[in-house]
Amino acid sequence: MDYQITEFLVERDRERCTVCRQCEKQCANGVHHYDSKLNRMVADETKCVDCMRCTIFCPTHAIRIVKNPQTFRENAGWLSENIQDIYRQAETGGALLSSMGCPKPYPIYWDKILIGASQVTNPSIDPLREPMETKTFLGNKHCPIERDKDGTIVPNSHPLLELSLPILFSGMSYGSISYNAHKALAMAAERLGTFYGTGEGGLHKDFYPYGPHTIVQVASGRFGVEPAYLNAGAAIEIKMGQGAKPGIGGHLPGSKMVGDIARTRMVPEGSDAISPAPHHDIYSIEDLRQLVSILKEATGYTKPVIVKVAAVHNISAIASGIARSGADIITIDGFRGGTGAAPKRIRDNVGIPVELALAAVDKRLRNEGIRDRVSLVVSGSIRSSADVVKAIALGADAVSIATGALIALGCHLCRTCQSGRCNWGIATQRPDLVARLDPEAGAQHLVNLITGWKSEVVEMMGGMGINSIEALRGNRAMLRGIGLTQPELEILGISHAGA
Amino acid sequence: MTGEEGFLEGREHIPSGCAISGLIDRSGRRFSGDAAIRSISVMHDRSNGLGGGFAGYGIYPEYKDFYAFHLFFYSTDAKKQTEAYLDEYYDVINLSKIPVTRTKAITDEPLIWRYFVAPSPTKLAESQLDEQEFVVRSAIHINSTIKGAYLFSSGKNMGVFKAVGYPEDVGRFYRLDEYEGYCWTAHGRYPTNTPGWWGGSHPFALLDTTVVHNGEISSYDANRRAIEMFGYRCTLSTDTEVITYMLDYLHRRKGLSFKETAQILAAPFWFEIEHMPEKEKKLATYLRTTYSSFLVTGPFSILIGFTGGLMALNDRLKLRSLVSGSKGPMTYFASEEAAIRAVEPDVENLTAPRGGEPVVVRVEGM
Repeated sequence: MDYQITEFLVERDRERCTVCRQCEKQCANGVHHYDSKLNRMVADETKCVDCMRCTIFCPTHAIRIVKNPQTFRENAGWLSENIQDIYRQAETGGALLSSMGCPKPYPIYWDKILIGASQVTNPSIDPLREPMETKTFLGNKHCPIERDKDGTIVPNSHPLLELSLPILFSGMSYGSISYNAHKALAMAAERLGTFYGTGEGGLHKDFYPYGPHTIVQVASGRFGVEPAYLNAGAAIEIKMGQGAKPGIGGHLPGSKMVGDIARTRMVPEGSDAISPAPHHDIYSIEDLRQLVSILKEATGYTKPVIVKVAAVHNISAIASGIARSGADIITIDGFRGGTGAAPKRIRDNVGIPVELALAAVDKRLRNEGIRDRVSLVVSGSIRSSADVVKAIALGADAVSIATGALIALGCHLCRTCQSGRCNWGIATQRPDLVARLDPEAGAQHLVNLITGWKSEVVEMMGGMGINSIEALRGNRAMLRGIGLTQPELEILGISHAGA
Repeated sequence: MTGEEGFLEGREHIPSGCAISGLIDRSGRRFSGDAAIRSISVMHDRSNGLGGGFAGYGIYPEYKDFYAFHLFFYSTDAKKQTEAYLDEYYDVINLSKIPVTRTKAITDEPLIWRYFVAPSPTKLAESQLDEQEFVVRSAIHINSTIKGAYLFSSGKNMGVFKAVGYPEDVGRFYRLDEYEGYCWTAHGRYPTNTPGWWGGSHPFALLDTTVVHNGEISSYDANRRAIEMFGYRCTLSTDTEVITYMLDYLHRRKGLSFKETAQILAAPFWFEIEHMPEKEKKLATYLRTTYSSFLVTGPFSILIGFTGGLMALNDRLKLRSLVSGSKGPMTYFASEEAAIRAVEPDVENLTAPRGGEPVVVRVEGM
């Protein structure tokens, strides 16, 4: 017996509904169907995930998806989510699966930080009149001054990634997202002068031309990794962990392992692709150093190596170890970062906010005098240009976005990517659904979004009297906390508003 | 307010506007500090009486091989502790109060002492440091650990003189007309609170490098956190202090020339770099990416004094005024033309150095 109650109700305005059956056509979850006896549309609400596809595609705006007002008897200890989860597990005996970032009401420190501005003693700078610079270089900047026999400095830089602005698109695998979503990200990265990541799904042959704007990933399953792949990208990312599921591997079910996905991952069709929780050749930090060296050797020391880790307790010591492993860039993924599928308990309970992790790591690397040897990229909950400014002022070199990018492509954050029935053509491999996402239009949306953010970033920088992004980096005096406790302020390294 | 209670400087970031002036004789002829006083005094309204100071080069020819330490003491205990430290690590050749003429315009003075010293050879050898680094570490040690002591001048054959007050009063207080140097810089301060602490006045000095600065830099905390990674401690929370340390790090420790250093502090814009010839472009890109945390943004005009020369530098957008001129062997820099005309009515080659473009003037043969 199923004790579940439906989470959403479909409200249909019969006056407006013309029974055009568009909703039925749009819903891959099979919520809507036509009842010929009644000559009207009916809904199986148990299948609804509130992705809003039907609402938006209904030509007469006849549909509203609302939260079911039916609740369990009020109980401060046992929330309806707790009860529903128990019914689900009692029924199935399985671990609960979920997707996208942690939705729980933990503190969002971005929203408790305010940005400064110049008044009187220092002029603000008008970005419409003056050059504002957002160009960012990522990589190891630690190089001793070397001069030739004429005394001229020899530019002995390590390989660096050059970004027109400090925003990248995070790695999302081909498999977890669709071909068209990948293509849109690749095109947008190229047009914006930034980078997108392959995630752990290999790189589709069609996307090799975008290589100079691609970060290829090496994760614990090593799917799709071969010399051509490593050399195709501008940088290599070793994924040690992910904010949404620290300490957990990945699992792409055999049902999704079809055609090009299997080919790109170099996995037999129909077989599960399991990424182990750890890298089985990295059981400690010295092993990571070896993998970094191997990847550099394989690519002739021409590409920076990124190590991506989840924000967890003790992250500053972990980052310090990574910085000494030969890695050029560290990406820290916060616990609100998205995922195509993660055990719900992990997503909602493991890891820490990226704001705290960033502040702690930046401080630790400076205390150890090695902050110039690595760049810091943060991801996992960057939602707006204000978050970007705050992250950089806290100490990040750049941010990486994924959820925000998918929303720009049409994602409505229904958080059911794991079903593979994404009505927006993003987190699905069903050809009819994938076709719903036009890569060209998607790329344009991404370019628009980041262009909009950039103009907001330079507006805020100008307000602070800063005309170059590097003068904002780590400039914590530009930030103040609001409603934060002393330990929180100390970890963030900022003063309280008013001080 | 005494130095101890009024130690606001260092607790918060204090922005300030200012007047600056610099005079150098390229032939090396020494001239009285009176000229610097006359120059800065016409910019009276650019200061608010909360800080003034001077740096003179070539003023101690009789002790030119020794470091001249100028110190403020806010208690006799601070003096005792400092002298114990100096006795342990240095050979003190001469010590005296710095002569002053008391005036009503300058009040609440601390004990002001001068020591001519040389690092003790055994301590220097033990430290495994070069002599300059040894002195720098001593300066940082005294200023960050001995309460009530502040070492504000530590170069050879040069000296900094500063106080709370208007600069012309500060100059007379220190009797600068009795000193002769080949180069002088002067500063009038307009801080936006009342720190009432003498150490906060300009010039800032480390070894023989001195900085007078007009402006408020918006990159302050980015620069501070970057330079503190290399052993410096910004105890005063002022822009000028952090600029002084960055100069010391880039010029002395990394061996970059003043021009190269200027290319980092006021780096060319990327669109300018893109249009440079290939070789320059590579170098400019290298300096900007390698030392990106040392880029200074926001308005500033600074005069950097060093043994045998003077460098003037404006921020990239030229958000602060700075003019230069010359006459015969003399070169002048000031926030306002009037400050140059006050000492040389017939000044020639008047020009406003472009934003981000360093002007380096050197004494011939030095």
